[in-house]
Amino acid sequence: MSTLPNQQEEVTLDTFMRGLWEENPVFVMLLGLCPVLAVTNSTMNAIAMGLATLFVLVASSTLVSLLRKMIPKQVRIATYIIIIATFVTIVDYVIQAISLDLYNALGAFIQLIVANCVILGRAEAYASKQKVSASIVNAFGMGAGFTIALLCLGTVRELLGAGTILGVQIFSSNFEPWVVMILPPGGFFVLGAWLLLFEYIKQRKEQKLLAAEGATANGS
Amino acid sequence: MSSADQAQTQPQTPSLAMLRTLGGIAMLSGLLVVLVFQFTQPIIEENKRIAIEKAVSQVIPGVVSKKDFLLSDEGLFPATGDKSAVGEKIYAGYGANGELKGIALEAAATGYQDVIRILYGYNQDCQCVTGIKILKMAETPGLGDKIAFDLEWLKNFEALDARLNTEKSGLENAIVTVKHGTKREQWEIDSISGATISSKAIGRMINDSGQRMFPLIIKHLDALRIGQKG
Repeated sequence: MSTLPNQQEEVTLDTFMRGLWEENPVFVMLLGLCPVLAVTNSTMNAIAMGLATLFVLVASSTLVSLLRKMIPKQVRIATYIIIIATFVTIVDYVIQAISLDLYNALGAFIQLIVANCVILGRAEAYASKQKVSASIVNAFGMGAGFTIALLCLGTVRELLGAGTILGVQIFSSNFEPWVVMILPPGGFFVLGAWLLLFEYIKQRKEQKLLAAEGATANGS
Repeated sequence: MSSADQAQTQPQTPSLAMLRTLGGIAMLSGLLVVLVFQFTQPIIEENKRIAIEKAVSQVIPGVVSKKDFLLSDEGLFPATGDKSAVGEKIYAGYGANGELKGIALEAAATGYQDVIRILYGYNQDCQCVTGIKILKMAETPGLGDKIAFDLEWLKNFEALDARLNTEKSGLENAIVTVKHGTKREQWEIDSISGATISSKAIGRMINDSGQRMFPLIIKHLDALRIGQKG
């Protein structure tokens, strides 16, 4: 009965996995880089930010998908923003209730989840067109992908910048921390290094594939 | 026909549908936010209280219980949430026998990045500052943020001289932050090298707050001493 151009997607493992790897919001789509760079100066901040974003992403995708047939397209962006802002406010209060130290460490970036383009992007490009089940699974995948990406940055930056992970001393006290790693430039360095690594892996995979194809073509 | 279908087939969506959607979503949003706020508010208040108590026990050695007061030129009032009482909030810390161990005060000044807010302890007997605790700051990690944990720096505040002048109207010697390694007097603060601006902000805020508040504390000392019993 839907006249929407996009086909309804069946829920498969791929619906979830896409967010982790193929369409990873940070490493592939390069979305939501503001919190990625700003709050990954420690592992704990990265985990908290990742989980907060995951919750907002899943909750807003669910609601948008539930209401997708009732939202006139002229007011859809305004509606999505209200929905997202609601869940962000909820997360804001919940984090304050869990730990004030954590809340102070994350600063304004909790509120700024409202403007995280990963979430609005999912609402507009996916949840507004797909069934609730597919939207939830897809949002979980994207949220998990985002959290993993934050963790990749957070652990490396904390390890090099403070010699610890989750506050536990990893290097001996002789290790002089690279303070730059927990400062803003460190975010760019580490993100750049991860992107380089993933691009290298991707290219090697493609080359192997090409080589394999070449071999079968010669063989025939 | 559902409204989504209408939106597809007709170029004009009725204004009512748009109003209904936005209004409905806004109401739902309001309901959710208020519910969560009602539920989390007591927990958040409790967290804040615990954080303040922890900070007070850090800046006043040996404190067992505390009582909040509002202090201003107009007098000393118990902080009971009475809106008519005005003044700066201070926390009087008491020992196990109800004796006054010291007063904790809040102070703030602009640091390198943003406003630094601290809680610091004042001892009425030695007339000195007995400790500081950073409540909020956004100083550069690795440089300015040392004001929170650098041990050598925190030694400055174990017994920082804050004696009143003979008229009891202000400090005998203004509290100042001096260049690293040049501290000579008890009222000087030895700055952290590499964190001069942050160090100076701390000295400035304690001096400003002390010049204003310490004479008032001494004036109302008797009321503060019996505060716990009253």
